[in-house]
Amino acid sequence: MKISKVVEKMQPSGIRAFFDLVLGMKDVISLGIGEPDFVTPWQIREAGIYSLEQGFTSYTSNKGLYKLRLGIHRYLKNKFGVEYCPDEEILITVGVSEGLDLVLRATINPGDKILIPVPSYVSYGPVTELAGGVPVYIDTSRNGFKITPELLKKHIDKKIKAIVLNYPTNPTGVSYRRKELEDINRVLLKHKILCISDEVYGDLTYDFRHVAFPALPGAKKNTVYFNGFSKSYAMTGWRVGFACGPKDIIAAMTKIHQYTIMCVPITSQMAAAEALVSGRRSVELMKREYNRRRLLMTSELNSLGLKCSTPQGAFYIFPSIKSTGLSSMDFSRKLLEEEKVAVVPGTAFGACCEGYIRISYASSLDNLKEALSRIKRFLEKRTPRA
Amino acid sequence: MDEILEILEKDGRASIEDIAKMTRKKPNEIKRAIKKYEKEGAILKYKAVINKDLIKDNESEVRALIEVNIVPQKDLGFDKIAERIYSFPEVSSCYLISGTYDLLVVVEGKNLHTVSNFVAEKLSCLENVRGTATHFLLKKYKEDGVVLKHKSENKRIAISY
Repeated sequence: MKISKVVEKMQPSGIRAFFDLVLGMKDVISLGIGEPDFVTPWQIREAGIYSLEQGFTSYTSNKGLYKLRLGIHRYLKNKFGVEYCPDEEILITVGVSEGLDLVLRATINPGDKILIPVPSYVSYGPVTELAGGVPVYIDTSRNGFKITPELLKKHIDKKIKAIVLNYPTNPTGVSYRRKELEDINRVLLKHKILCISDEVYGDLTYDFRHVAFPALPGAKKNTVYFNGFSKSYAMTGWRVGFACGPKDIIAAMTKIHQYTIMCVPITSQMAAAEALVSGRRSVELMKREYNRRRLLMTSELNSLGLKCSTPQGAFYIFPSIKSTGLSSMDFSRKLLEEEKVAVVPGTAFGACCEGYIRISYASSLDNLKEALSRIKRFLEKRTPRA
Repeated sequence: MDEILEILEKDGRASIEDIAKMTRKKPNEIKRAIKKYEKEGAILKYKAVINKDLIKDNESEVRALIEVNIVPQKDLGFDKIAERIYSFPEVSSCYLISGTYDLLVVVEGKNLHTVSNFVAEKLSCLENVRGTATHFLLKKYKEDGVVLKHKSENKRIAISY
């Protein structure tokens, strides 16, 4: 059977082989995990269990449980001052991943170009291609991994339909302050470029307040905002995310969603609704813990000679390994084989990230310290003593 | 609560250097702050949390929670009689509480006899003690925020985006 051409050319094979290597090895300390090391807070799990006991096992409306959409409406209003109508402007999706697929399919006509600053989360490019669009990658590596209005303008032409922003960013932990976002927003509004804003790590912002993109002046009507429960509430396996945006786009997304997914599992939606009611304190406590690890890891990696700036959000650090002379893939493979520490090669997130690795600090302090001492040993073997 | 205390409450062995890095402060500042907390008694002591069920050669130990009703003393209230009770070395914790009784006293002893002897011969015959109810502890599930069982296995897959 012939496979579709678009699908056939997807997914860099080198990375897949490396992932398989990690998965096949025992007793690895993994700093390569893109999900929280916390278990979902108990009161949220309990709400899921209770909903099953009560017999909530049916479909929900395509858009998702009303009480969950209402909870999201309140959360966004209180936290960012942005108001989305729970009836027409909010859609519950299977994680942010589904939402991104929906918005791209709902807006792209064949040949439309989508701007994607790289390094980026791995799905943006392939999902754009699946929707018939053309990804246009913006290399931010010489710019502290940040997109700026200047960099943005260089890539704009008539065929650009939208940009996929992600902040705090996976894999770099980079985020943006209000002023920087306002500058980007002005360019997008001027050139009528839709902003697809993946803010799933927004609650994990450490040095300043996270600003939701639709909260910027004039941005709401030009933005589809994405968030979810996976990262902030440690609910990755429940698969609940949400999209908020102009009602015509949400309606178009809902059309696709109703045929492909129908609705997000009701147990997950029930648990997510509880998370919004009683989970905020848990988020704060987890964030405090991540913050300490972030500062410790940044300081230690720099003193080991793996240069990195302090990430402002998420739970990733993106250090340079150029001092070792190894490629990202060689470094990762050797570190795994020699010291049993797993990291993700930077090249997984874009070709421009050769010379970098992604380290996730979503792991216990003890694990992190053990990993650091192994990395230290690994590096010492490579630097001949003077 | 100060972040230094928050870190130490989770891990009493956290080093000054690590705490300094985690809080973006100078090691000397941390050292000084900890000294101050120790002096003021905010930090009382550092100890390990031990799951005694797992210690094979452990001499068996019995623990009881005792509800104590007392007659408060004029001018001194409950404090004086509480002091007479918590000063016994058998008492590991002592709390004044609201509700149907006054003091909750936690007593530890080698066996049932030592604990009941303590209640019968020392506690109950204090003149301000009106009555006691002793509950022997059968199993500990969680103590001071720590669940007393082996760490569960990591359930996450070893690498993901």
